[in-house]
Parts: sequence; structure tokens; C-alpha cells
Amino acid sequence: MSLKHDIEFALNGVRKRVAVDVTMTALDMLRDVVGLTGTKYGCGEGECGACTIRVDGQTVNACLMFAVACDGHDIVTIEGLAADPKADALREAFVEHGAVQCGFCTPGMVVQAAHILETNPNADAATIKRGLEGNLCRCTGYKKIVDAVESACCGGR
Amino acid sequence: MNAAEKPVIVADSLIGQRIQKKDAPEKAAGKTRYIQDMVVPGMLHAKILRSARVHARILSIDTSAAKALPGVHVVITAADVPDQQPIGVARDHLPLKGERVRSLRDEIAAVAADSEEIAEAALRLIRVEYEDLPIVAGPEDAIKPGAPLIHPAPLDAEGRPKTLPPKTPVAFAGKADNVAMRFDYTHGDLAAAEAESDVVVEDTFQLHYVTHCCMGVSGVIAEFDASGNLLMYSNTQVPFLHKREFAEYLDIDPARVRIIQPPIGGGFGSKLDIYPFEVICIFLARAAKRPVKMVFTREEEFLASPTRQPVLLTLRSGCRKDGTLTFRQVHTLHDNGAYTSWGATTPFVMMQTFSSLYRVPACDYHTTVVYTNNPYAGSFRGYGNLQATFAIEQHMDMLAEKIGMDPLDFRLKNAQDAGEVTGQGMTFKSCGFKECLTTAAERSDYRRKHADNIANRNARGPVKRGIGIASMLHVGGGAKIYPSDGCGTILKLDDFANVTLITGASEIGQGSETVLSQLVCEELGLPISAVTVVNNDTAITPWDVGVHASRTTFIAGNSAIGAARMAKAKILAAAARKHDCDEASLDLRGGFVVKADSGEAVVELARLMRSLHFSDKAELVMTTFYYEPPSVHQDKGFKGDVSAAYAWATQVVEVEVDTDTGIVKMTKVTGTHDVGRVLNRLGLEGQIEGGVVMGQGYALTENLIVENGVTRNPNFRDYKLVTAPEIPEMDISFVESMDGEGPRGAKGVGEAPSICIAAAAANAIYNATGVRIFGLPFTPEAVYRALRGVTSKPHWQAWKPE
Repeated sequence: MSLKHDIEFALNGVRKRVAVDVTMTALDMLRDVVGLTGTKYGCGEGECGACTIRVDGQTVNACLMFAVACDGHDIVTIEGLAADPKADALREAFVEHGAVQCGFCTPGMVVQAAHILETNPNADAATIKRGLEGNLCRCTGYKKIVDAVESACCGGR
Repeated sequence: MNAAEKPVIVADSLIGQRIQKKDAPEKAAGKTRYIQDMVVPGMLHAKILRSARVHARILSIDTSAAKALPGVHVVITAADVPDQQPIGVARDHLPLKGERVRSLRDEIAAVAADSEEIAEAALRLIRVEYEDLPIVAGPEDAIKPGAPLIHPAPLDAEGRPKTLPPKTPVAFAGKADNVAMRFDYTHGDLAAAEAESDVVVEDTFQLHYVTHCCMGVSGVIAEFDASGNLLMYSNTQVPFLHKREFAEYLDIDPARVRIIQPPIGGGFGSKLDIYPFEVICIFLARAAKRPVKMVFTREEEFLASPTRQPVLLTLRSGCRKDGTLTFRQVHTLHDNGAYTSWGATTPFVMMQTFSSLYRVPACDYHTTVVYTNNPYAGSFRGYGNLQATFAIEQHMDMLAEKIGMDPLDFRLKNAQDAGEVTGQGMTFKSCGFKECLTTAAERSDYRRKHADNIANRNARGPVKRGIGIASMLHVGGGAKIYPSDGCGTILKLDDFANVTLITGASEIGQGSETVLSQLVCEELGLPISAVTVVNNDTAITPWDVGVHASRTTFIAGNSAIGAARMAKAKILAAAARKHDCDEASLDLRGGFVVKADSGEAVVELARLMRSLHFSDKAELVMTTFYYEPPSVHQDKGFKGDVSAAYAWATQVVEVEVDTDTGIVKMTKVTGTHDVGRVLNRLGLEGQIEGGVVMGQGYALTENLIVENGVTRNPNFRDYKLVTAPEIPEMDISFVESMDGEGPRGAKGVGEAPSICIAAAAANAIYNATGVRIFGLPFTPEAVYRALRGVTSKPHWQAWKPE
């Protein structure tokens, strides 16, 4: 019914080769082909940020990216961050500051927050809010998420 | 350890601390497996074909091409499930529609296939012929004489009404008019109260459609075992009610239905009813003899999950010159949509606010709930109270202005006190309302800012500042709607003094696991880490009515405390026996049995547990407790003390209104909540901040646009949730009224924070501009038009059926 394509890329630091339908999104590939379900489907059209991943250091909505476009790139998902000691402080900040309720938006938030911290280690609250603008949360009202990211800036201020 | 070395155990109380959420580390690492992530071996994937028409007769359905598609296992329509029964509050809703569709969400056929893609392809092959019917596009159209009927009585072959046995559900018997439900409540002498009023105001308010927007879309997995027992993985908020409903539905013993609740991507009341997709998934699993998983798309979530109840509401309020409220008269028209879900029953909560938020000698309340071809409304955090409070709190400001009284003083004069029994029979055993009012007003500098803003209305510049106040009353000790409002707990301690807390209460992200653990640990003198919570399987957990009505901390909390106290009594009795002392002199602290007065360690708890277990009279500490709150069912006149405690809050909203653009910016929210007592401060703040921002969305940005039965914006691009840069500064404070019945004095808070925001925002916009807006939401366009006087004020002639 559809055309398969072989692609190879780095996933959380491990080389990966998979065959994917040309119509498949990176999100579906991660969840259904590779089996990493930390990246969430929230809307499928790049509005909610629940599927945020990092591609060559930039954050991307995986639902808007074709799986085949991952070919040759460096992909990091929440599972990669969860295994990365550099991200421990950020995840712990989410826990400590009460930034997690239902938790469905959390993986995308953490990936986006890691990106904010890496690109702007001195980000203030306003900058963090702008940086999280593309990630929707229905539970927390964002305040504790912003607090968590701010506290993780410069290893806490 | 000899007697001389026994340490003194010092342990701080956990109450009021900032306790980290137990499930947060897993969630922050992306390891939590939600229903969307679950794979059951052998499962099929299901999709539903929904109506392409708003209101139509179905002439034919042809599924032959879909059935022939490779990878398709089962295609079902209403004709394939002749045993289907109506669901919903009024039993007016058949999951699969065979003869008529009444809204765009209506389910016509469903497919189970090897993959979602194949299921979707199969849907495209199903041919449905329709014959359009006239559309009832709004509640006012529904009650017009000669309006098309949404549920007409079925006719026999000769075109005569079919003769049906009495009590035949609406789904089969139809309805002679479009009135789904009526609610009428009254207390006091309305005519006399109106006669003694110096000032009377009357306005119509219009409340719009919004929807829950849980970040995790709806999903369910159903499977039958070889003996025909049903297992469901479900995100329901009412597992034990569902278990019974599905058993009735399938005509099997409830023992044969098991519901497992995987972690949930948001609830907010959206999962309180039984929905067609759940029943359809069961049908598919039964037919396919395989597990079947069904997950919505986001668009489907917008189109086919319930909304908040839209309301057209006319309120008459009166007071005397001295600021004493005299009466309230309310007529509302509720757009039910095509089927009846919990939205229709929001009057239960709305009338409480009208009758009892302030002392009001006479209250006359009427709601008519009518069928239309619109989406149907369900339960949603606040349950009608946002709508009622929006009207009441605007009228409080308007009356105060008319009699020349400060709006805060006017409220304080009429606010409830502890000890009050209201016209509706609610008894306020604890009530921090006045303290909420004064605290929120002081912390926000309400009086000064309110006066300054009025003085500055005509100052230069397009941006005007406003401040508005609103308060709320909501159930805070459960709500006795069902035969029981209780919750059961099973508690056991292992050989290492670790606790397994098996509770009926569902975790929906709100933090119930954490607060219940905290309450147990406070009794048993253990760290939170000692507790494992089991709360997601009806085959294991004791009964609970469900997670709704802000009840879990109160009801499940009291239940957990009950079980923990029984365990403690057992432990102390055993320790007293073994160590030859009086059990009344002992306590549990820091993992030890200690002398209560000195804190001196008597024995390590884990050691005591092992010595009980590994002895001739082997004994384990396991207890059960069922807590039923001392509340009562309302009588037929809606009177009765329905909750064991009531929660109060005042929220002050500050805005900046750009009069050139109509853009309203919410700059600050000062909220003071009577929570009884702060248990987990971190979780409590999180609930309130989240609720405030949900209220902000209701007030300013969210609007599910339904035109002629068609939802125009079923996506996050056009349905605007508040994003991080838009949130207000939040100053949250607590009044601890120490409720006598509450767990450690606490009351429910889950729904409270979203309730006042729109009402306070309306008052703030008026304070800024002198223009009062009676309809929601306050989008730039709506505000711009209102500021220029080109908005037609909502109007509706109060109506009761003959």
C-alpha cells in the first residue's frame, strides 16, 4: 500500500537503521517503529509541543517531520535526555518544583527546556516563557514549569 | 540497643509541607505509559465513522467495500448490534446510530483492523446515504412552536406513533418536545422580597462553549477473555460506576467486568460519563474476539468529546439601600446538544451558588435544558459554577454601584458565616468566606486600585487598568449524588514497615497518590517513600464513586486516615504487649514506636512488624476502612446538606484593556482559598495555578465556535489555549478554617480555582473602561465591539414550558 524507505540516523547516541513508509511522521516512527513512547501525540499539527524532539540540536515537532527526513541526522528524545546525566538537574527541578501533574506534556516540556538552557544558560523567566510558548499544558498553568526551568538555569540561582 | 542508648526520635509533621508528587520522576523522564502508549499483544486498531450531516435520516449504509479491504477484521453498524442499549443520563443515546443522526459527532459505523491506517482507509470506503432534516441550531430555536423534534417518537408502518411499554427509554420512545430536563427551585417569598427592594437589576448573560482539551486524547482498550469476561483499559474517572454500567449493558454479572486505569493525560471532568466510543470498542472486541484499541485524533477529541455547558441566563437581583440582598430570580436555558450527558445536570451546582453563596432571603431558580443539533455538554471542572458565578458576581458589582456602596463592603455585608444554614439546606460548619474576601482584597490592594482605576478611565492613552473581584462557593466535602459518596481503603504493612495503600480513589494527575500517602504517613510516622499506592484496578481496589466534585482529598483522605488509624491502633497494642507498657503512652514517629511524651524510641517499627509476623501467633497488619461522609441526598425540591464541607474562595483579577485593539491582558490574579487546611502545599499551589489559568482561558481566549451545528475550530490553531507567556502573575494564599470533618481539617479544592476568574475579569474590564460585557469570551473582537457600543446585549425572554 505504501513505499518503504531505509533510513539511518543517530537516536539518543545510538546508530539506528529502520525501514519506514514515506508517508510516516517522525513521531509515528519513534512511537510505533522504534517503540519509544516518551514522545507524545497531542495534536498532530505542531500546535501543542507534546512531541518535541531535538534534531541536530534544534527542537522540532516530531509530528511535522517525515520519518525519512531523520536520515543522516542526530535525534534526541526524552528517553535520551532521561539517560543523560547533564539533564538530571532539569528533570529533578521539574519534580521538585511541582511542574508535573498529569505529565502528558512533560516530556515535550523537558526537551524544550533542555534546549532553552543549552542555548541560553542565563535565560530569565520571560525568556523561558517565550521559549515554552509552543508547548501547551492544561494542568499546571505553566508557573511551576517556568519556576523549574529557571531554577535549573546556571544550576540554580 | 540497650535501654540507656535509646535515641529520641524527632520527626516533623508532613502536613503543610511541599511534598513532591510521587509519579513525577517517571513522568519527567518520559517513562510513564499512558493508554496511548499501551500495546496489548494481538490487539486491533479501531476507528469510528461519524456523521457527515448535522441532522439527517440515514437512508442506507453500505460497508461492503470496507469489509473487503485486506486487514479489516470487523465493520459494525447499528444493524450489527441489535442488542445495543441507550447510554447517558437520560437514556436517550444509542452508541451507533442507525436511522437518524442528530449531530456531527454521531457514530454511524466502526472498523477494527490490523492498523490505524487500514481502519481509516476502511472508513473512507463506507457509503452512507442521508436525507437532510431541518437543523435546530440553538436553544432558542428548540423551544419555538413547531420546532423540528430532535427525538421524535417512532412511527409504525402506517405512520402512527408506535405503542411502546411504559418506561421505554427516550432513545426508543422519543420525546414529544425538545425539553430534555427541567430544574425548579425556590426558597423564601419572592414577591415580598422584591417589594422591599430599593434597587433591582435584570440582565441576560451568555456563556459559551469551551472544551477540556486534555493533552492526552481519549482512548480505550477492550478485550474479552475466553470465558467472556470483559477487561477494559480505560481513562474513566468513575471506574466502579462504569464497571456496573458495562455489566448491565452486556447483561453480565458485574464481577465479570474489570477496569484497569493506566495513567491519564488529563481529566477535568471529561471522563465522568459513559461514551459511545467505549461501548463501540466493546462491540468491536466482542465481534473480533481480539483486544481492540481505539484512540482519538485531536480533531476527533474536539468534535466528539463533551463540552462545558453553554448557558443563556437571565438574572434578576435586588437589594435594599443599606446593602442587604433581598432576592434573586434566575431563568436559564441550557443547550443540551443532541443527547443528554452531565452538562444537563449543572443546575444542581448552579442553584447552590444562586441560593447560598451570599445570604439571600428569596431565591427562585429555573432551568430548561433543551435538545438541539449541537455537540453535547458534559461535566467540566466547576460544573456550572463558572456560569452561575459569572452572572452573580457581576450583579454584585452592579447593585453595589447603584446604591453607592463599596463593592467589597457590599459583599462582606452579605457573605456567609460559619454556622449558617442556607435556604437550600446547606450547613456551613466551617466557612472562611469573609477572610477570603478581606485577605484577597488586602493582598491585591483592591480598594485603592478600584478607586484609582475609575478615576483614571479618562486619562490619556489607550491602555486602561482594571481590577475586579469575585468569590465562589463549591462543594468541598464530596457531593451525595449517588447512593454512596464513599471510598474504601485497604492498607497493609510489610515486614520492613513499608505500606501498600490500596485505595478506590483514581489518580488523574491531580496528586491524589501523594496526598493520600502523606495522610497515611502522618498517622504512621513513616516517610512518603515508604508508601506504594495501588489505585488503578477494579479487581483489586475497594469501591469509590469516582474522581469528581473536588472530593478525593476529602473522601479518600478520610478513608485512608481511617485505615491508617486502625493499623496504628493494632501496632501500638502489639508494641504495648511486647514492651509491657500502656499503649496510650506510645506513638509512631520516624519509623519507630516511641514514648509519646519524650519521643524516646521503644522499638523500630520494621523490627516490630517482623516480630509479629515471624512468631507462633503470626500476625500481619492489614486493615480496611470505608468512609461515608455525613452528608445527605437532596430532596425533590433540591434541598439538603449535600456535602460534608464547603469550600470558599475569592479571586481578584487585574487587567489591562487596550481600548484601541480590544486586547485584554490579565496581569495579576490574587487568589485566597479556604481549603480547610493546607496538606501538600506544592500540590495545592499547582491545582490553584492550573485552575486560574484554565479560568483565564475561559474568560479570554477559548471559544469552541459552533455554527449551525458545525464546530468550526476543532484544533489548537484556532481554539486558543493560554500559553506560557500569557499567564498572569499569581499571588495565592490560603485560609485554614480547619474543617471538623475534613482529613486533618482539609476541604476539597480541585474545581475551585477556575470558577471566579471570568466573573472577576468582567468586573475588572468594567472597572477599567466603564463598559460591562455580558457574554463570554472577552476576545479582542468582542471587547473592541463592546467598547464601541456595537454589541447587541444578550437577550432572552425567560421561558418555562406550559
